[in-house]
Amino acid sequence: MAVLSCENLCLAYENKIAVSDLSFSLEAGEYLCIVGENGSGKSTLIKALLGLKAPKSGKVSLSDGVKHTEIGYLPQQTPAQKDFPASVWEVVLSGCLSAKGLISFYTRKDRQRAMENLEKLGIANLKNACYRELSGGQQQRVLLARALCAAKKMLLLDEPVTGLDPIATADFYALIRDLNKKDGVTIIMVSHDLHAAIENADKILQLRCKPLYYGPAKHYAESEAGKKLLGGDGNACHH
Amino acid sequence: MPAIIEAMFAYPFLTRALIVGILISLCAALLGVSLVLKRYSMIGDGLSHVGFGALAAAAAMNAAPLYVAIPVVVIAAFLLLRISESGKIKGDSAIALISASALAIGVMIVSLSSGMNTDIYNYMFGSILSMSSGDVTLSVVLSIVVMILFAVFYNRIFAVTFDETFARATGTKAGIYNMLIALLTALTIVLGMRMMGAMLISSLIIFPALTSMRVCKRFRSVIICSAVVSAVCFFAGISSSYALSTPAGASVVVANLVAFLIFAAVGAIRDAMQLRLDKG
Repeated sequence: MAVLSCENLCLAYENKIAVSDLSFSLEAGEYLCIVGENGSGKSTLIKALLGLKAPKSGKVSLSDGVKHTEIGYLPQQTPAQKDFPASVWEVVLSGCLSAKGLISFYTRKDRQRAMENLEKLGIANLKNACYRELSGGQQQRVLLARALCAAKKMLLLDEPVTGLDPIATADFYALIRDLNKKDGVTIIMVSHDLHAAIENADKILQLRCKPLYYGPAKHYAESEAGKKLLGGDGNACHH
Repeated sequence: MPAIIEAMFAYPFLTRALIVGILISLCAALLGVSLVLKRYSMIGDGLSHVGFGALAAAAAMNAAPLYVAIPVVVIAAFLLLRISESGKIKGDSAIALISASALAIGVMIVSLSSGMNTDIYNYMFGSILSMSSGDVTLSVVLSIVVMILFAVFYNRIFAVTFDETFARATGTKAGIYNMLIALLTALTIVLGMRMMGAMLISSLIIFPALTSMRVCKRFRSVIICSAVVSAVCFFAGISSSYALSTPAGASVVVANLVAFLIFAAVGAIRDAMQLRLDKG
């Protein structure tokens, strides 16, 4: 059963069309990578999936009983976060706010959930560490733990490996793959890393305002759009 | 020293100034942490200049200063948020624009009506004599409201300050909390500016947050440390103002500056020692 589907989705800023004619659907437990050049509408699509931007026409629908706020989200880091005084615990726990109404104090259950997610991601030892003093890879794990506190079933990641070194990048991809395969978390990742996308994802969606490719990751490299982007990526020698 | 403090409390106007001042320092410190971290430090400065314009207008109309200044500054705060969120003018330029315009309008009103007098001078640099007992009641009530709202929404304020995008995506109405922070800041500034002066009130918002960030590494400890530093500096400033007969606002700012330098030194020494430990 589809957990997420877009039908003839069209997104626009004032008169400028950002995304048009987009239709796709995602099954529970699938791993989708959204690729495309800068300005191809990826960020706009994310906003629409999160329910932060209303479609101009068409619709985004989630399966029964799932709300937009039940998508765990890993946004790009902001410059302000680099010197933000906060402990890992404070950051992770703040993910639990998503399910709360106006009164927003944490319960024992919230603390338990935050602790479980820290353990799952192997950063329980960093619980009291200062967020800004962590390495880039550790910071991404913390934000991932926070996203898991907000939602267990679906994760939306926006260029999560930007600024990570190759080892941390590989670790992070392995972590996402584990969450996808072992815990059955549906993954939607925006990425510039085409090779990792082909290797890890089940499906690839390439955007340039319109969808240029949507289908299984393993056939992407042979597709017209895929060849072009892979070539333009400066990695022509790879295939 | 205790003799000086005892002597200070013998004056009812000084006692009033201390009570109101410490409450306002606490509010300013709490809000300041969020404003500094959201890169909105200058909002305090901008709003205080708007406050000056409003007080000048109130003086010209013979109206009660607080009742004119509070609504004007609150509206200015919402306007500032709107302008910087719409993205057409960036936050810092929006603030500079509004603050200079308000100051200029205030000066125009002053020169066309009464001319520069003691009242106007006090609006700019503050006076602890300015508090009537009605003002004291209003200030105490409003600062307690500010503190209660801050405590109730503390977790949300943390989430919106740390990562507004994530907060929005997971269902927090970030806009409402931004407005709440702006509203509380506007109230704090209007209440504090007559004692601290329009030129100096923004320091109450910025200094304690920056000072405690030199040393503290958690959001909660930054908040608590800011509140303590702010209250202590206010008390130290007023005491030295009394002992040395210096203006209250300026003395409080200097006390804050001293605290900042001490904390910065402590932070730097600790980091250096940490580095040596890591290497050894």
